[in-house]
Amino acid sequence: MARLNVNGEAVDVDVDGATPLLWVLREQLGLTGTKYGCGVAACGACTVHVDGAAVRSCVMPVAGFNENQRIVTIEGLSAGGSHPVQQAWAELDVPQCGYCQPGMIMAAAALLGANPKPSDADIDSGITNICRCGTFNRVRRGIHLAAGKIA
Amino acid sequence: MNSTTTRGVAISRRSFVVASAASGLGLSLGFGLSGAQAAGDAAAGEVNAWVVIHPDDTVVIRIARSEMGQGTLTGLAQLVAEELECDWSKVTTEYPTPGQNLARDRVWGSFSTGGSRGIRESQDYVRKGGAVARELLIQAAANGWQVPASECRARDSVITHAPSGRSVSFGKVAAAAATLTPPAEVTLKEPTQWRLIGQPVKRLDTADKLTGKQRYGTDLTLPGMLNAAIMACPVFGGTLAGFEADKVSAMPGVRKVVQVDDNAVAVVADTWWQARSALAALPARWDEGEHKNVSSASIDAFLDEGLAGGDAFVGNKNGDLAAGQAQVVKTVEAVYSYPYQNHATMEPMNATALYTADRCEVWCPTQNGEAALAAASSASGLALEKCDVHKIHLGGGFGRRGAFHDYVHQAVVIAKQIPGTPVKLIWSREEDMLHGAYHPITKAKLVGGLDANDKLVNLHVRISGQSILAAVMPARMSNGADMITFQGFLPKGDHAISYTVPNLLVEHAMRNPHVPPGFWRGVNINQNAIYMECFMDELAHAAGADPLEFRRTLMADHPKNLAVLEAVAKGAGWGTAAGAGIHRGLAVCNAFGSFIAACAEVSVDAAGKLTIHRIVAATDPGHVVNPQQVEAQVEGSFVYGLSAMLYGECTVRNGRIEQDNFHSYNSLRIAQMPKVETIVMPSGGFWGGVGEPTIAVAAPAVLNAIFAATGTRIRHLPLKQQRLRAA
Repeated sequence: MARLNVNGEAVDVDVDGATPLLWVLREQLGLTGTKYGCGVAACGACTVHVDGAAVRSCVMPVAGFNENQRIVTIEGLSAGGSHPVQQAWAELDVPQCGYCQPGMIMAAAALLGANPKPSDADIDSGITNICRCGTFNRVRRGIHLAAGKIA
Repeated sequence: MNSTTTRGVAISRRSFVVASAASGLGLSLGFGLSGAQAAGDAAAGEVNAWVVIHPDDTVVIRIARSEMGQGTLTGLAQLVAEELECDWSKVTTEYPTPGQNLARDRVWGSFSTGGSRGIRESQDYVRKGGAVARELLIQAAANGWQVPASECRARDSVITHAPSGRSVSFGKVAAAAATLTPPAEVTLKEPTQWRLIGQPVKRLDTADKLTGKQRYGTDLTLPGMLNAAIMACPVFGGTLAGFEADKVSAMPGVRKVVQVDDNAVAVVADTWWQARSALAALPARWDEGEHKNVSSASIDAFLDEGLAGGDAFVGNKNGDLAAGQAQVVKTVEAVYSYPYQNHATMEPMNATALYTADRCEVWCPTQNGEAALAAASSASGLALEKCDVHKIHLGGGFGRRGAFHDYVHQAVVIAKQIPGTPVKLIWSREEDMLHGAYHPITKAKLVGGLDANDKLVNLHVRISGQSILAAVMPARMSNGADMITFQGFLPKGDHAISYTVPNLLVEHAMRNPHVPPGFWRGVNINQNAIYMECFMDELAHAAGADPLEFRRTLMADHPKNLAVLEAVAKGAGWGTAAGAGIHRGLAVCNAFGSFIAACAEVSVDAAGKLTIHRIVAATDPGHVVNPQQVEAQVEGSFVYGLSAMLYGECTVRNGRIEQDNFHSYNSLRIAQMPKVETIVMPSGGFWGGVGEPTIAVAAPAVLNAIFAATGTRIRHLPLKQQRLRAA
């Protein structure tokens, strides 16, 4: 049994402590927006926020979390897709297949949370998610556009 | 599935039957034209097979092809809506199921979504579907007003009778329209009349992809559903020798351990993580079979044998090499190679199946719903009519989920062992990497002969390597030859050579290793464009000529190829100084019916670090439905093509693939992504594909720029094996 704070709510989950946070979110809490891509923290599809920082939930055992850590998933990023990153993504039609985009959006939102005006170099080092469809140039434009909305 | 090599054959033969029916029957039915008669148990508000209009004026456009990121859902809807004259803001879409398609005499035609064919193959009949629906709606309104239909017109979902000043919305007359007999013929608009086709409208499927609401196959939940994880023999062609279910049956959540065919074992549990954990702990033994000693080195030697000589299929022949040899004063020779690559869709293979004694339902991402249906029928042993497939947007396709429904087959075989319970099978990334349908491996030896004027008079291209069709669709071979092996070298058609060479011979010595090949986004144009375009650069260099000028002399009869090449040259400033340390490279080709070119700008520092600064890309697809989505596909194609160039390689050791996840099979990240300037230059009069062609020019343009920067020819990919590396 673990008590977590997910998207602003305290939740109790009855699960083996070694279970990665990703699978607790998806299979215990029904928050399937966070995706499984690799299981080894290589692709970023599983990115969520823990206390505002982007983390790869597929390799983090749920036993390592407590109720004081604020876990936010794509479902909890904003009400109705109103986060500046989501708005920018909508304006630029960023997603293609979309499977990597929850992780991409969470990574971009965390980057902007820490650095409201990221340079291209900041984006290069801060966004390491894989997108096989190839949305990177719109992702970059989207981050700059979102930065403008935050300002 | 007896072995990985034969699985594609078994499934594809069934899908070929379906596909044959599509070309033979479906087109003669006229699709939308006979929609009303074929309606049968038509949904409420269905005007014809393609268009449903609700009383609130909502327009539902039916989409037969699969959306996997390429934007076809929106593009096809634009084509229907253009003729329908509906209000675009009221448009939504839905997928008919393949079972419905079969029950209605395949009124929606082919569901196959590959080969960049989604729009170009169906544009005519989906536009007619929209036009017929419009005519029915107008007729229904005219009947109500008792005026001639010819006096009425439709625009933005409203029908107007100008003489009397009356108007009515589509939603008010849709039910009446559905009862009318559709016109036998409709006239489609001329391109100059298009108002929606050619417009950069937003995609219809973006909103849910921003909030986590979009459901993919892996996200599906059904009441009482169990989850399965699977492991097949890592050596292709090997079998399962045994497993000890009792060692894991008491693990949390485990419900059942099942054999799947003769080569795999799956654990079924309450959650997927439990199934995966138990599978990892499951002792399993394999009979690795006859290919257990195959390695990349042995495959390379096998292909070298094909390069050396012997029988070969001819893909293109012009003039006579032996006769041309008399004029040759300078000979250039080179050997290139291209490795196995995995599609690596972000969403791993998965399918959910529910089996009962008289019904089998499948929910899955698929590029061909009808082939998935055939797989469900075959695996369940139930007739096609007793099965159906519910398509879900794909988390990437790239060819992996079109001709291959091994994951559907497996899900059904598992579900059949737990009747009445839905089972969701998800492959781990490792399983996905080890059991792909790989980009085929080939090598090519090219010999070019220049005459005294440094003009190319002789070109001999000998390809040795794997045939996709031999493994996947043998019925599509031509007297033993796999003609798609020659994409980019063919004398005519969708993948024609860009040059006229007086004496030309292109041949293929087929060598088929045991690793199963598949259609991989771009298919054989990927390596053939590298062979052709990099070698063309070698020839230009040997001739002491500018690469653009050298190509131009051979392109007089290829004006559309030349036009895109000149467009990128102009766009990039070819012939003018680039920035300090920056060098340029060109590539051009004709692929999937479109004309494509790229000019890449790169620099390589003293330590061998490669930076790709900018790529100017031009596309002439004839007609453009949605230019902003064409741009997205062009940009995306560079990610796919440059990932392949930089990192894409699956090596073979002990009969199995060595790369099992993204740490060993890397993909380009945002930091390596160059600026892309896309020139969309539709010349009209034809419909070419967009999702794949640009991949072909990505690598050769960059490789030619690398030569310009370093004087080093890269002839073997990926680049990670060379001294160069991405910055």
